[in-house]
Amino acid sequence: MSIRHGLLALLDQGPRYGYQLRTEFEARTGATWPLNVGQVYTTLSRLERDGLVEPAGEDEDGHQFYAVTDAGRTELRAWFDTPVPRTSPPRDELAIKLAMAVTVPGVDVSAVVQGQRRHSIKALQDYTRLKGRALAGESRPGVVPSASNDLAWLLVLDQLIFQTEAEIRWLDHCETRLAQQAETLQAEALQARTAETARDARTAPAKRGRRLRA
Amino acid sequence: MSHTQEGRQTPVLHLENVTRVHGHGAAEVQALRGVDLKVHPGEFVAVMGPSGSGKSTLLTLAGGLDTPSGGQVLIEGVSLGELNRKKLAQVRRRSVGYVFQDYNLIPALTAAENISLPRELDGLSARAARREALAALEELGIPELADRFPDDMSGGQQQRVAIARALIGDRRLVLADEPTGALDSTTGEAVLAVLRARCDAGAAAMMVTHEARHAAWADRVVFLRDGRMVDESVSQDAASLLVSAATNSMKVDE
Repeated sequence: MSIRHGLLALLDQGPRYGYQLRTEFEARTGATWPLNVGQVYTTLSRLERDGLVEPAGEDEDGHQFYAVTDAGRTELRAWFDTPVPRTSPPRDELAIKLAMAVTVPGVDVSAVVQGQRRHSIKALQDYTRLKGRALAGESRPGVVPSASNDLAWLLVLDQLIFQTEAEIRWLDHCETRLAQQAETLQAEALQARTAETARDARTAPAKRGRRLRA
Repeated sequence: MSHTQEGRQTPVLHLENVTRVHGHGAAEVQALRGVDLKVHPGEFVAVMGPSGSGKSTLLTLAGGLDTPSGGQVLIEGVSLGELNRKKLAQVRRRSVGYVFQDYNLIPALTAAENISLPRELDGLSARAARREALAALEELGIPELADRFPDDMSGGQQQRVAIARALIGDRRLVLADEPTGALDSTTGEAVLAVLRARCDAGAAAMMVTHEARHAAWADRVVFLRDGRMVDESVSQDAASLLVSAATNSMKVDE
């Protein structure tokens, strides 16, 4: 997630100082990805180093303002014009956990799936409740109400909701696949037993001991 | 604003060790195997589970459209099994709003007439019933459909009319089977927001859905498997939510 471009986008609307950038960033994203002021200043100094922003004076309270440069504006346009890369998917702990769970003996995979589903549905309930409030136009603590901030926040909430929903659908799918596999294994085991019984019947009673063991 | 008020009030809906068996002998199917569930005033419950888990059976039993093989169904403390046909019909009409998956609108009646019918059966004047119907259509954002017939409406429009019919009057319990199936995502959301608002105003609702995004409007999501309740998720106050959601904090760009 790019703080760098987020800050450029805010500065594109006029010079701002560090704390102000943090507040405005969080007003749009609902503090879903909280920023500390340190991160803002670190990012600003890197942007300045790269010639994308420049200092733009101080106010009477000593706040250092920054403004976007032409190079910064070009960089920002390029960001909007380029899709977010999907080529190297982020590591997903849940996918790794399930991939491991199916290979480690003694792990109750369905319990892992259901535990995660309950957790994810709860998150989905909570996001949905926040969305219900946002749709009802409830103001958020510490955020100056504005139509564009509220719209930005709704979009972020929708993204969280759709992403969590996708995870739950994937869990449902995993469960179906696990059930299918269990059925297949059971059918194969049954077939093997039947074949063995038939063989035993032909060669009885010599192999009876083996059949009992099976 | 969690509405889980266990034990404090009479639940609007109470399923008590409910079982339902279909068929006999070798063809016997245990649709529900002992479900206990209470829905309190102000509470919105979603029921999720794979096909065949007993979701729809649960809903028809709750609405008095089917009779349990064992256990009992109570609506506002009254056991449905102890009511005669006339009383049962009255409870279904006055206390329960039911949204059917296939809408069940009467083709010969307009939208407004479909919606006002249960109120007129209850003795309300045609004029007053129509006024309520128009208000319900307004609430669902489709006032222009009042005098249209079901055949002249899209599936999504019929679905919203069916929801309006379930919400009319002082229904204490709203039961809904996939109420947003025919709706696009923003319309579906608006319908769920209406259901949510009804519950926040004191009604109780139970909705069957396989869509997690829709179930998430509920206070409680219960999971059914093979006719049993296996798990549930209870929503708490969301105030502290974002702090916990933000574990994926951002890295400063290089």
